[in-house]
Amino acid sequence: MTERLLDIRDLRTWFNTDDGMVRAVDGVSLHVNRGETLAVVGESGSGKTVTARSVLKLIDMPPGRFAGGEILWRGRDLIPASNSEIDKIRAREIAMIFQEPMTALNPVYTVGDQIAEPLRAHENLSRRAALARAAELMRLVQIPDPERRVRDYPHQFSGGMRQRVVIAIAIACGPQLLIADEPTTALDVTIQAQILDLLNDMKARFGMAIMLITHAMGVVAENADRVVVMYAGKVVEAAPVEELFANPRHPYTQGLIRAIPRVDAKAQHRTRLAQIPGTVPSLINPPAGCRFAARCTFATDACVAAEPVLKPVGPDHTVACIL
Amino acid sequence: MLIPSLLGISVIIYTILALAPGDPFGQLLTNPNVPAAVVASLRAKFGLDDPIWLRYLHWLVAMLHGDWGFSFASRINVSTLILERLPVSLAILGAAELLAILIAIPVGVLAGTRPYSIFDKIANTLAFVGFSLPTFFTGLVLILIFSIRLNWLPFVFQSNMSSTGLTWLWQNILQSIMPVTVLGLFQGAALVRYVRASVLDVVRLDYVTTARAKGIGERKVIMRHIVRNALIPVVTLVAVQLPVVFGGAIITEQIFRIPGMGSLLISSILSDDTPVVMAITFVYAVLVIVFNLIADLLYAWLDPRIAYR
Ligand SMILES: Nc1ncnc2c1ncn2[C@@H]1O[C@H](COP(=O)(O)OP(=O)(O)O)[C@@H](O)[C@H]1O
Ligand code: SF4
Ligand SMILES: [Mg+2]
Repeated sequence: MTERLLDIRDLRTWFNTDDGMVRAVDGVSLHVNRGETLAVVGESGSGKTVTARSVLKLIDMPPGRFAGGEILWRGRDLIPASNSEIDKIRAREIAMIFQEPMTALNPVYTVGDQIAEPLRAHENLSRRAALARAAELMRLVQIPDPERRVRDYPHQFSGGMRQRVVIAIAIACGPQLLIADEPTTALDVTIQAQILDLLNDMKARFGMAIMLITHAMGVVAENADRVVVMYAGKVVEAAPVEELFANPRHPYTQGLIRAIPRVDAKAQHRTRLAQIPGTVPSLINPPAGCRFAARCTFATDACVAAEPVLKPVGPDHTVACIL
Repeated sequence: MLIPSLLGISVIIYTILALAPGDPFGQLLTNPNVPAAVVASLRAKFGLDDPIWLRYLHWLVAMLHGDWGFSFASRINVSTLILERLPVSLAILGAAELLAILIAIPVGVLAGTRPYSIFDKIANTLAFVGFSLPTFFTGLVLILIFSIRLNWLPFVFQSNMSSTGLTWLWQNILQSIMPVTVLGLFQGAALVRYVRASVLDVVRLDYVTTARAKGIGERKVIMRHIVRNALIPVVTLVAVQLPVVFGGAIITEQIFRIPGMGSLLISSILSDDTPVVMAITFVYAVLVIVFNLIADLLYAWLDPRIAYR
């Protein structure tokens, strides 16, 4: 029996703004098993980042608030947990890396000090011992010449190398879950593949689970064990990766798969992207019924009448669509 | 950089002062008891009728030899006069600036990390009031209350007290309380708003989220990652603004009758005492340049991106 490390149930994270309540995450349920890679995929604005940050309580409150649901970490709900309890889980049990490597590091401290920081806080290491560990971690994430570079500042590193530093910080205390929020979106294509390889390498080495957030189905296909598809603050489909690509049931998932850039074997050029027409609806007054209806070619009156709920359609495969 | 700037500034100040109306011997000329010949020989002695550039060169050469000229009004050397006044001003201003920083940093950080909280709103309002009330007003109110009504604090500032040792120190502290408070609160009010804005800028940056995700505790996140970074622009602003504060303090010095640089400048201007005006303006110019230099050095020291560029 696989252990559910993280089990998010009906999570609602809303933001109070001048224009009204933004229901950024509105009833999301998903789980991550020990040692697996769960991909969370969806267009920009579908609530992926808010879901991820909610787990470590990195949402500014106010304007944000938890309007409902549970975030079970190894069986225990984190939402009512105190700040000091959350601080014990951050970095030690759940670590997070972010989209923008250029701004994720503090410009005034050396990368060594920044990697050493969680080690000193959680493992009571001296500065010298923590810096030695920081250099080891930099070697592990394949930064050349780590003993020297440990004393360098972030601006002396390229974007790809900075993302490696960010990964070194995240794995420093050996977490069981790494949440990676679009870790390669800001990087060059060649660097993207290297960073994903590195993440998979770390996963294999330490047996940690990864919650990989992305908007690119191509990244999902190559890295995930299971996939959760999000749209407008809701989960619309969840399935193991082979099942999802072989048998996508939700029209939105089908659209995302069609939009994957493909290299045409004969012509050796990229076929044109089949974009899904339209945009993500406003999350302030979300449309009644299925939130995808305005863009769905199969939409009927029944889709708008009632909100489709997630229902099983196969082993470990759920879909929120009336079809 | 330093020397050409100072030379340029001295040329400009000298020319403006030389072209300005007013003559240190104006009163002698109209005094019937002084023979015209004496006036003429005095003018020749001080070179008052030479062309401007020649007078400037004389002044520059003398200045470089440490001779700052002679005060027509006080009849002592300008350097003696300034050395007598400068420490008083520096002590009062230094204490006021220290008070301002000690108030502004904690209040600004607390307000900036809790934007729109009750604390933030109160701090903002008080800062706005403090910044809007001119020092001559708050100064007079303080004098009215603490010197005249309550008779707790001395009314007029004295620099040549007969007492020594601890009594001397105590009396100086007593007579400095009001001017330091007035200037310090005014400066502090302006600085609070700046610290708060700078903290607000830093709080939303990605590396603060990275730091929070490390589980090091909110106190360390604030001290190490927010305050440290937010103070970089504040420190340089304080350094650059110190000479401006110096200028602004002239009014406060007048109100409390502090025998500092400010009152010396005003009395010298009123008595057309050009050498003193020239020297004081020059000292201000030196302070501006030196503090700009300090600001640059501090900036490079606080922000590694500058030092390595
Ligand atoms: N602090 C906030 N205040 C108001 N709205 C927010 C805030 N953070 C996120 N949102 C809104 O939540 C929605 C989902 O955002 P996000 O989770 O970043 O999407 P994704 O990561 O999938 O691109 C967006 O509409 C965004 O505008
Ligand atoms: S419920 Fe209706 S509108 Fe929504 S995806 Fe399914 S078919 Fe389309
Ligand atoms: Mg995002």
